[in-house]
Amino acid sequence: MAKRFLSGNEAFAYGVRLARPQVISAYPITPQTIVVEKLSEFVEDGSLKAEFIHVESEHSALSCAMGAASVGARAFTATSSQGLLYMAECLPYAAGGRFPIVMMNANRSTALPWNIYGDQRDSVSQLDSGWIQAYAENAQEALDIALMSFYIAEHRKVSTPFMANLDGFVLTHTYEVADVPSQEQADEFLPPLQTENKMSLAAPKNLAFSAGPDSNTIFKYKEHLGILNAKSIIQEAEIRFEQIFGRHYTGLTESYQTEDADYILITLGSIAGLVREVVDQMRAGGKKVGLLRLRYLRPFPNEEIAAAVKNAKALAVLEKDISFGSEGTVYTNVNSALQKAALSIPNSNYIGGLGGKNISAEEIESIFYELTKQRSTVQFLGIGGEGSGN
Amino acid sequence: MAINAQTLNETEFFYGHKACAGCGGSLAVRIALKVLGENTFAVLPAGCMSAVGFNFPQLCFSNNAIISTFAGTASMLTGIEAGLRAQGVTDFHAVGFAGDGGTADIGLQALSGAIDRNDDILYICYDNEAYMNTGIQKSSLTPFGARTTTTPAGKNIRGNLRPKKNLFEIVAAHGIPYAATASVGYLNDFMRKIEKAKQIKGTKYIHILAPCPTGWGIQTDETIDVAKEVVDCGLWYLAEYENGSFILNHDPKEFTSIEKYLRKQSRFKHLTDKDIQTIQNSRDAKWEYIHRNFK
Repeated sequence: MAKRFLSGNEAFAYGVRLARPQVISAYPITPQTIVVEKLSEFVEDGSLKAEFIHVESEHSALSCAMGAASVGARAFTATSSQGLLYMAECLPYAAGGRFPIVMMNANRSTALPWNIYGDQRDSVSQLDSGWIQAYAENAQEALDIALMSFYIAEHRKVSTPFMANLDGFVLTHTYEVADVPSQEQADEFLPPLQTENKMSLAAPKNLAFSAGPDSNTIFKYKEHLGILNAKSIIQEAEIRFEQIFGRHYTGLTESYQTEDADYILITLGSIAGLVREVVDQMRAGGKKVGLLRLRYLRPFPNEEIAAAVKNAKALAVLEKDISFGSEGTVYTNVNSALQKAALSIPNSNYIGGLGGKNISAEEIESIFYELTKQRSTVQFLGIGGEGSGN
Repeated sequence: MAINAQTLNETEFFYGHKACAGCGGSLAVRIALKVLGENTFAVLPAGCMSAVGFNFPQLCFSNNAIISTFAGTASMLTGIEAGLRAQGVTDFHAVGFAGDGGTADIGLQALSGAIDRNDDILYICYDNEAYMNTGIQKSSLTPFGARTTTTPAGKNIRGNLRPKKNLFEIVAAHGIPYAATASVGYLNDFMRKIEKAKQIKGTKYIHILAPCPTGWGIQTDETIDVAKEVVDCGLWYLAEYENGSFILNHDPKEFTSIEKYLRKQSRFKHLTDKDIQTIQNSRDAKWEYIHRNFK
């Protein structure tokens, strides 16, 4: 292991190198670009043996990755925002084909208006595409997820593509110290890809076929089971990871001071670091508040959320996306989890950080204070509730 | 030894499919796979050949084959080629079979990217001159005058008003190692070109005209005759592009009648004598260009 001063993008690239991908399809888009730049340097200096393909679009980036995966090669690509939307056709295609591709997505706002900064509207809009979705908080977690993602995606019980999300700029471009494991350790953790879901000269197959009304549902059901199976395989991967690398992860969610908390803020991504600080400050002032960070949105942590918040008086969901005409999509999902667990806890939805807008410690603190009023509305941070933005 | 009907591989790689009787496209796929052999990885985008060949559990390729996204034929080929090479597999061919819409319209960007990278793939466009799988809509390879379901022949507009896109020369303009045109009416020529493409490293492109009886309004036993006639009347040509030069493979001394070729197809039934003259003039201009620029 070696400590390095790395941006989130660079840390992720180091993690990808450790996973020894065989095919990398690359197309630039801010703020993802540094990942593929770094990987091209690794290929150039010989520290990574991979076919590095300069595709002409994101649609081709994922199409190329699917081609590589269809013959059993380990494939990686990366994108962001408009690029993710441009390749959108290929997302359910890769998931339905059960191709265990890993893709990094640098979370970025979606046009219009144009904006290159971070929010999560890009990936959250694709929650239904059949991909595992993880959200990293810092550079170390980004690197570790990069390595773990291949293990999880390629596991024969899962066989599902994996989208690792890093908040644009706040995480992708911020430098932190991260441990970079040795290649020997990484090889111990991650075996070479083995799958029967591939075309080969030894056993020719017809893949990516049509399935009519009679057989379609069973394929989709199995796809659903695959991504649900990821729950236990994520746990398995994290136990293996801790045994080899000594770092501990907590599955689909991460609880901070939730055990006795009256008020819990649920969020995801890099903002969790600031929320943790606010929790510490408010705890010092005698307020029983806590943080529940969602590390994965698919598979969705229904049981984990219910278990973590069941004794809370009120909840807030803070997210960097909005499903126009409804509410934040994470909020919708969280409420479904509460409903399924027969938990009736007052809750509010806060939409913040759109287009890279800073979320301050004061705003997070005020969310906790507003929770004591126990109302249930959708609030845009810095603007207000529905109907008040006229 | 040159490949011909007598020496052609008797193994069938594409059979049991549901293509219409007289389908030119399925013939092109069948013959190409026989020349390429069993170590072939075929990519077929959404379109006629994937619609007729990949209906689970009735899967019709005995070699490796996969459906790509409509726009993704070339990029999926790239991934397959790179993925196999990365695993040390060398004895294989990666071939794409896409229709005219899948090639000249929605798939053109990915095709251009693959040629630009000079990926070691063979891309075959089976050109039936419209979106046949969706019910005969105009593509950019639909010829002037043709009636399709989106270019109706009425009082105000008589079919497709735009000429066929010159895809062969667009592909050649990339400086591709090998490109060729072909017709299912001249199968020996097509087989020779596949055989040649097999030996060449880098990107290869073969554009084969493949009549569609359903879309063209011809009898199902006329496919081959019509595919010969389109070459003989000069509305299509057999050529190659190699080492930076165009080579004409077949130079008809005298063209057969354009009118006869057009009138036997219901998609051209509405054409006036003036329309046919327009088509003839454009043919003559094209051949003047060919004689000037092709070897």
